[in-house]
Amino acid sequence: MDAKEKQTTACCGQPAEPSPCSCGSGTDVERLNGVSSTPAEPCRGSPAEPESDPFERPGYDRCNFVENFIDTPVGQIPRVKTSLDRSDFLGTLKVRLGIGRDNYKISPGLYCIGNPGPDAPVLVSANYRLTFHTLRRELAGLHAWILILDTRGVNVWCAAGKKTFSTAEVVRRVKLTGLERLVRHRDLILPQLSATGVAAHLVRKGCGFRVLWGPVYARGIRAFLNNGMKADESMRRVSFSLKERMVLVPVEVSHLPKYLLWVLLAGFALSGIGADVFSFHSAGSRGLMIAAACITGVFAGAVVTPILLPWIPGIRFSLKGALTGVLGGLFLVGWLWNRTTGWEALALFLLTVAMSSYLAMNFTGATPFTSPSGVEKEMRKAIPLQAAAFLISLIAWIGSAFST
Amino acid sequence: MQDFRYLSGVSTLQFDSEACTGCGMCEAVCPHRVFRLNDRLAHIVDKDGCMECGACANNCPAGAIRVTPGVGCAFYIVQSWIKGKEAARCGGPECC
Repeated sequence: MDAKEKQTTACCGQPAEPSPCSCGSGTDVERLNGVSSTPAEPCRGSPAEPESDPFERPGYDRCNFVENFIDTPVGQIPRVKTSLDRSDFLGTLKVRLGIGRDNYKISPGLYCIGNPGPDAPVLVSANYRLTFHTLRRELAGLHAWILILDTRGVNVWCAAGKKTFSTAEVVRRVKLTGLERLVRHRDLILPQLSATGVAAHLVRKGCGFRVLWGPVYARGIRAFLNNGMKADESMRRVSFSLKERMVLVPVEVSHLPKYLLWVLLAGFALSGIGADVFSFHSAGSRGLMIAAACITGVFAGAVVTPILLPWIPGIRFSLKGALTGVLGGLFLVGWLWNRTTGWEALALFLLTVAMSSYLAMNFTGATPFTSPSGVEKEMRKAIPLQAAAFLISLIAWIGSAFST
Repeated sequence: MQDFRYLSGVSTLQFDSEACTGCGMCEAVCPHRVFRLNDRLAHIVDKDGCMECGACANNCPAGAIRVTPGVGCAFYIVQSWIKGKEAARCGGPECC
């Protein structure tokens, strides 16, 4: 029995229970059943997994980005890796495609990079995991404390706008973590974009720590720290590069299917209406044309317009979207020319333009430079025009079914 | 961001230079470099670059800056027209 226990333990890392070894072959089961003639034979399964590390705690899962833990006056603090692994890249890909984006968080509290002492800088950030990945990647070779706030899994700027990255949360988190017992200095480095939610002078009043405004982007943090905690002009400005616009496109598009579904259902239903009251045949064939117009509109307004944003003429997003919509609509009408009447072509063209214009206008919410006053002004002019184009399209489409 | 400009003459940004103490907070926090510190006083140098994020007003200890902050998002504004400003939702899985 002794020998058997040893074997099962060595083989699976499981407590010595009389359960069959899961990692070995059939011979283990035979052995347990006493069939095997050589009970002392060592387990031939895969080698034993390493034993559990000293930082494991019952009931907790260790995050993949944690290297180990260090002891500090305020308890154990996780030391995080500055490189990303496969699961981080996979997670990034997923949220960029809009999957599980509203639940990609880390626990708020203190983390550290390298071997920080009582004089190491304290960087404050949001608990959106993607934000955390971006930050820790930039900190290789540095020694710093990271204070993660509970921003409900939302990035710095949006959380500041929603007031979850707020003065109150900074003060509360500083007190909760006992930061004043961890560091000798009284400086917090906050990302500049959190200033929408955090008032530096009120943080000082609330917890005695002084706020230093760090750079807009994590990529500037190393230069900021090396530069005596001073940000130059380029670190203080937001950008909206081609790459930054491109990564937004999949998320923008991922919001659309639930609305498009209704539009398409209505499109198919309306396409069936005609001289013989309702025809399933024309609902199918003409409905497909509506679907093609919708796809063209989405592509022009939610894909092409964001990517080519600075090169499309005009200031208003609705106009930019209308322009790409005109190009897309002309292409569509040309493609379906032999299969449509003039009225149908007009309807498909206007639907494409209206859709593209509307979706392009919605992209304002994802840009870092449109003011609400400006967007509202633009919308008051654009929405009636978009609605008019849509209505004419609708009338032309239904009317064309009766005109033949 | 100078190559990205939006509608001009619409920002609700207001600055009272009488009240300004020249602390420079507005200059530090503005992501569009709307403020410049000159002769120990802040000046608005690019009002049309303002996106009304509200960071400057939030961080002005003297209360010299006023702006109606908000998100320049069409989706949000449509909701605020339909449901009213209070019920309009910014966030959830829908946006940022």
